[in-house]
Amino acid sequence: MPPGDRGGEALNLKTPLGDEVLDLRAGDTVTLSGTIYTARDEAHLRMMEEGIPFDPEGAAVYHCGPVVQDGRLVVAGPTTSARMNRLTEFLIDAGVHALIGKGGMGQEVVEQLRGRAVYLALTGGCAALAAARMRLSGVYFEDLGMAEAVWVIEADRLPLTVGIDAHGGDLFRAVREKAKTQFHQRFNIKQDTVS
Amino acid sequence: MVNPADTTVLGALADATERALREAEIQLPPDVLAALQRAAAAERDAIARQELGNILENIALAGERQVPICQDTGVPVVYITLPPDVPFSPALFEGVREGVRRATATIPLRPNVVDPLTRKNTNDNTGAGMPAVHVTPGDRFTVTVLPKGAGSENVSRIGMLLPSQAAEIPRFVAETMLLAGGKPCPPVILGVGIGGTFDVAAALAKEALLLPVDTMDNFEAELCDAVNALGIGPMGLGGDTTALSVKVKRAGCHTASLPVAVNVQCWACRRATVEVKR
Repeated sequence: MPPGDRGGEALNLKTPLGDEVLDLRAGDTVTLSGTIYTARDEAHLRMMEEGIPFDPEGAAVYHCGPVVQDGRLVVAGPTTSARMNRLTEFLIDAGVHALIGKGGMGQEVVEQLRGRAVYLALTGGCAALAAARMRLSGVYFEDLGMAEAVWVIEADRLPLTVGIDAHGGDLFRAVREKAKTQFHQRFNIKQDTVS
Repeated sequence: MVNPADTTVLGALADATERALREAEIQLPPDVLAALQRAAAAERDAIARQELGNILENIALAGERQVPICQDTGVPVVYITLPPDVPFSPALFEGVREGVRRATATIPLRPNVVDPLTRKNTNDNTGAGMPAVHVTPGDRFTVTVLPKGAGSENVSRIGMLLPSQAAEIPRFVAETMLLAGGKPCPPVILGVGIGGTFDVAAALAKEALLLPVDTMDNFEAELCDAVNALGIGPMGLGGDTTALSVKVKRAGCHTASLPVAVNVQCWACRRATVEVKR
């Protein structure tokens, strides 16, 4: 069985993505194959200024700053997506159908995804696993440096969990709210003292 | 003129630092791996089981391919034990820096160290006061590295509690993880420093991350239970496993204060110790 494969019960998505992503629900397990584009803070800012260098319709954007050596992906795990909370709307407006990253995103992004796109969680720290299922096929904005450039990657069945669906469902928020309730019960806190 | 003895120490320490970093970045310590395996076997949540399965798969692949476990290869935190016959000299610090520079090129590591204000990258993982090097006396000449990623370091906290608040330490520790959620890549290991001064508590919390994770005393187990009751789970997606272990180090403190520091460590608790050859 290939690395990360969970026995084939997961739905396999292929880029370019279409309306099939609208059927997904937070908590679903999927795999994703096809072309994906890495982008972190600097790449988002550059794309807002100069335009998106790839066809965004049905595209998947991966929050990742890989280690690349001699034109080869050494490791390529997800970075914290929340840093891109305020930099994401133009991508969804342009037709991007999936964001891939770790840790989830803010409520503004949950609203932007509604009816249009999904957020897919890749296990944080799993940089060797991710790279084993990826092949580097190009790069934009290489002058931004290794971590911040837009790398074009061919992915082969990346194992993902739907973190935020296109209906406002947000697994991360549900878990956070439950944790808050548990915390207040255990430490007998009457009113909210946690920011 | 450089003392020839210093040149020898510098070269030997650079070699040992590079080797320790290679081991730490590619292979998790056996106690941490065993804790992850136990957690995966005990986890009841289906998504959490998948996440833990991916983590174990990733660790195996990093070993097979001899690549770093995570692309955030961290910043090196370095601990040296110094036997009586090795002089305390600048060569110790330069040897470590040289080892870090070499490891950055050869493993390779992501260049992570920047100027704090201009954000200019030095491209070799060294900088002013970086890496941090801590020297203590010992019987053997060893170097220990703890490469520390930013996701977990960024959610670490220190609290200057009042002497009357000792019973609130579990709440402070659990609150740290409540605020952190999935950001530090749980399941985490928490290093807790209690006592000392503001700075000593933080240093103790980091040193606690060097302790084996497979045993906890009653107090550590109580803290760990309080964190796991939150149900944050691997990556903040929910589940039984939020913390693999909590380790505590203590120091005496002022009668009027109670410093408590929590250093959050992601599941990739990377550490390795290498003897410096002389």
